[in-house]
Amino acid sequence: MAEKPRKPSQVVYAPWEDPQAKPLIEFRGVTKKFGEFVAIDDLTLDIYEREFFALLGPSGCGKTTMMRMLAGFERPTEGDILLGGQSIVGVPPNERPVNMMFQSYALFPHLSVWDNIAFGLKRDKLPKDRITERVEEMLRLTRLEKFGHRKPHQISGGQRQRVALARSLAKAPKLLLLDEPLGALDRKLREETQFELMDIQEKTGTTFVIVTHDQEEAMTVASRIAVMDNGKVIQVDTPARVYEAPNSVYVADFIGDVNLLEGTFRRTGPERGEITYSENEPPIAAELFEDIPDGQTVSYAIRPEKIRVSAEKPEDRANSAWGTIIDIGYLGNVSTYHVQMAGGQMVKAAMTNSTRLDRRDFTWEDEVWLSWRETAGLVLTK
Amino acid sequence: MRRISWFNATSLTLGFAFLYIPMLVLVIYSFNANKLVTVWAGFSTRWYGELFRNEAFLDAAWVTLRVALVSSTLATVLGTAAAYVLVRGGKFYGRTLFSGMLYAPLVMPDVILGLSLLLLFISIGLDRGMMTIVLAHTTFSMAFVAVVVTSRLVAFDRSLEEAARDLGCTRWDAFRSVTLPIISPAVISGWLLGFTLSLDDLVIASFTSGPSATTLPIKIFSAVRLGVSPEINALSAILIGIVTVGVITTSLISKRAIMKRIAEENRADT
Amino acid sequence: MRRAALIALPFMWLLALFLVPFLIVAKISLSDIALAIPPYTPTLDLSRGWEGITDWVTGLDFENYIFLTTDSLYWKAYLSSLQIAVLSTLMTLAVGYPIAYAMSRAADEWRPTLLMLVILPFWTSFLIRVYSWKAILAQEGFLNQLLLSIGIISEPLTILNTNIAVYIGIVYTYLPFMVLPLYAALEKLDDSLLEAAEDLGCSRMKAFWLITVPLSKQGIIAGSFLVFIPVMGEFVIPTLLGGSDTLMIGKVLWEEFFSNRDWPVASSVAIILLAILIIPIVLFIKNEEKQWESEV
Repeated sequence: MAEKPRKPSQVVYAPWEDPQAKPLIEFRGVTKKFGEFVAIDDLTLDIYEREFFALLGPSGCGKTTMMRMLAGFERPTEGDILLGGQSIVGVPPNERPVNMMFQSYALFPHLSVWDNIAFGLKRDKLPKDRITERVEEMLRLTRLEKFGHRKPHQISGGQRQRVALARSLAKAPKLLLLDEPLGALDRKLREETQFELMDIQEKTGTTFVIVTHDQEEAMTVASRIAVMDNGKVIQVDTPARVYEAPNSVYVADFIGDVNLLEGTFRRTGPERGEITYSENEPPIAAELFEDIPDGQTVSYAIRPEKIRVSAEKPEDRANSAWGTIIDIGYLGNVSTYHVQMAGGQMVKAAMTNSTRLDRRDFTWEDEVWLSWRETAGLVLTK
Repeated sequence: MRRISWFNATSLTLGFAFLYIPMLVLVIYSFNANKLVTVWAGFSTRWYGELFRNEAFLDAAWVTLRVALVSSTLATVLGTAAAYVLVRGGKFYGRTLFSGMLYAPLVMPDVILGLSLLLLFISIGLDRGMMTIVLAHTTFSMAFVAVVVTSRLVAFDRSLEEAARDLGCTRWDAFRSVTLPIISPAVISGWLLGFTLSLDDLVIASFTSGPSATTLPIKIFSAVRLGVSPEINALSAILIGIVTVGVITTSLISKRAIMKRIAEENRADT
Repeated sequence: MRRAALIALPFMWLLALFLVPFLIVAKISLSDIALAIPPYTPTLDLSRGWEGITDWVTGLDFENYIFLTTDSLYWKAYLSSLQIAVLSTLMTLAVGYPIAYAMSRAADEWRPTLLMLVILPFWTSFLIRVYSWKAILAQEGFLNQLLLSIGIISEPLTILNTNIAVYIGIVYTYLPFMVLPLYAALEKLDDSLLEAAEDLGCSRMKAFWLITVPLSKQGIIAGSFLVFIPVMGEFVIPTLLGGSDTLMIGKVLWEEFFSNRDWPVASSVAIILLAILIIPIVLFIKNEEKQWESEV
C-alpha cells in the first residue's frame, strides 16, 4: 500500500513536532479497569487541535474505552484527562464540548432527520431562527437538504451515516469522536465517505478522533495514528511512518502485509549490520540506526512490495535469495508470489502486473531469485 | 411463501375452535328468550334490557371502571420506573429482593395476595373500600407493566440514550425526550394490561373490598355461583364485544403502521 | 439523587404492600382464633411497653400448623391441588405446543393475526371464560344436546361439577399463558437449523426432537410455570366448575377465611402453600432473568 499524496497544507501542519504547541487533549497516566480487567493501562497521549487522529487496533484493545472516556461515559480509574488544559474527569457527557458519532449512528427513530440534527441545539436553548439556520447549514454540508422531513428508517444507510455526522457536528464541538463511523457501509461507499469525512474535517476545522479496526481507513483519513494493543499505545505516528518505520513486530504485522525473518544480529559498520536467518543463505545486509548488541535475536521485517522477483540473480541489489514459487495470489493490479526459500522459510513478494495475463513471467514451481535493497527492510527488536 | 402443512393447519383450527366456541356459545345464548338458558326459545334482546335496568350491576361497573383507571395508571408509573431501574440502574443494594418482589405477583396465587393484603389493611386500620382495592390492584398490575416495559427496554439500543446525553441532555431529559417516546408502545400496552387485569380480578377484590365498594366481578361471581343466568350471559356478550372491537382495532392500526414502515424501508433502500 | 428516588418509590411500595403483608400473614398464622375484632389473639399492644411485646411473643405458637397435619382435609387438599396442577400443566403443554408451533411456522403475514387471536381471549374476562363452560358442560347443556342429537350417546354425560370440568376449565383459561411464551421461543428458531439437521441425516421427526424441542426449552419452562403456579392456588375454576368432592387448597383457604372466619388457620394454609410454591416461583424468575440477559 503506497502512501497517498497529501495536500501541502497538511504536510506542513504537524504540531506534534513543535515542542511549544499546546495539545487539545492530554491523557495523563490513564488507567481504566472494569473489575479485574484492565482495559487501559497507564496511558499517556497528546492530541492536537485540528488533528484527524485515529485510534487503531483489534477489537478489545481499549480504543472504544478511550473514546468513551473522552465522551464522558466512562471515568478513568486512575490518571487524568485534560481538554484545553482543564481536567474533564467528572464532567458529565452533557456538559462537555465534545460530541460523538455512534457506531450504530443512534439516530432517534421517533424524530425526523431535521429534528435529529436540531436535537443538540435545542438543549442549548438557542433561539429558533438560530437553530433553523444551523440545521440548514448542516444539511447543506452533508448534502441532505432534501431529506430533512424524513424519518431515519426512510433513508438509506449512507444517508443515515451523514445524518449522524451532521447531528454530532451541529453543536460545533471542540472535539468530534467517531466510533467506527463507516463500519456499516459497503466498501465502495466507505471509500467515498472517507474522503468526504476528510473534506468536512478540513472545512469545519474540528478536531476528529476516529476509532477503527480498519487499517486502510486509518491510513487514508488520519493525520496521526495510535496503534493500540491490550490497553497500551504501541506507536503514535503519521500513517507513512507507521507503515514504513514501525517500531515493533506488532505494528509492522498489524499494518499491511509483512515478511518477518528471525535471525541473529551482527554489527558490520557504523550504520550497518547483518542478520543471519538461515544456514543455507548469506546473511541479510541492513541499514540501522539503533544500538543492538551482537548476537541478539532480532526480527527482520520487509514488505512484499519491496522484494523483486527475477529469473536471473540481480547484481545491483545488496540482498538476494533463491527459492521456488509455491503459490500465486492474483489481485488484478498486483500478484503476490509465495516463495519457499532453500531454508524452508516462506516469503511473500508483490509485483505490479504491468503486462497482461498471457505474458506473465512466472508460474508455479518456477525457480526464481528474490532481491531487495539494504534500506528496504527494518531490524526490529520488539 | 411457505405452504402450511396439514398438521399445522389442523392444530390451528382445533386450537382456535377450542378457544372461541365457548365464547361464541355464550354470545348466542345471550339472545335466547328463555329464562332456562340452555333451552332455545327464540331470539330476544330481553336480557340486555333487564341488565341495563339493574342498578346494582351498573353501580358495580362504575366502581370497577374507576378502580381500574386509577390502579392501572399508578401501576404504569411505578412499573415503568421499576423496569427502568432494573434494566439501567446497574447494581444497588437489595436489587435481588427488589426484582423478586416485583416479579413474584406475576405467578403468585391470587388467594395468597388477597389474604395478605387484607390482613395488612386490617392491622394498620385502613377502612376497606375503593382505596384498598386500588392499592391491591396497583401492586400486582405493576409486575405486569414492569415485564412488558422490561422486554422493550432490553431490546432498546442503549447508545440512543448516550447520544442524547452527548448532545446535552441530563439523564432525566434523555429519558423524557428519547427513551419514553420510543418505549411508549410498551408503556401503553402495560397500562392496558393493568387496566384489564383490574377489571377482571375477582379474588383479590373480594378480599380487599368492603361493603361500600362492590366490583363487577364480585357481582357476577355471586350471580353465577349456583348456576347460569341469562342476565350474566348478556353482560358477558357485551364485555366480549368490547374486548373484540378494542383488540381488533388496535391490531389493525398497528398492522397498518408496520406495513407503512416496511414499505418506507423498501423505498429507502432502493 | 434522582436515581435513588427512582429506586425508592417502587421499592417502598413493594416493601409496604408485598413483603410486609407476608410477614403479617406469617405472624397471624402463629396466633390463636378469638371471638374478637380482629378475630385472633394475641395482638401486639405497644402501649404496655416491654411487657406488651413479651406477652405478644410468648402468645405465638405453631398450634395451627400442628392442627393442619392432624386434619386429613388439609393435606388431601394440598395433594389434590398438586395433582390437578401437574396434570393440567402437562395437558396445557400438550394442547399448546402444536398451536404455538403451527403459529411459528405460519407465513409472516399471518402471524400477527394468529397472535392476536391467541391474545384476544386473554383480554376477555377470566371469570366469564370459566363461566361459559357452565352452559356447555351442564346436564342439559350445549355439549350433551349436541352429542345426543348426533346419537353418540343416549344418556347425558355428567361432566359439570366433576374434576373433568375443572381440567377443561384450567386448560381453556390458561392456554394463552402457555402458547405465548412457547411461540416467543419457537419464533426465534432459525429455519436453517432444521435444514442443517436434515442435511446431516435427521428425519423431520428426529430434527424436531433434537433441535426444535431443546431450543424451545425456555418457552416450555416459562409456560409451565405460568400455568402450574397460579393453578396451585386456583379458586374460581374449582368453585364454578368443580363438584363438592373437588378439593383444592385455594378453595379451602377461601372457606376457612370467609365462612369459618378462622384467620389464623387460613394464614397458616397460605404460608404452607407459599412454602410449596417458593421454589417454582424462584425458578420462574431465574428463567425470566436468564432470557432477558441472553437478549442483551
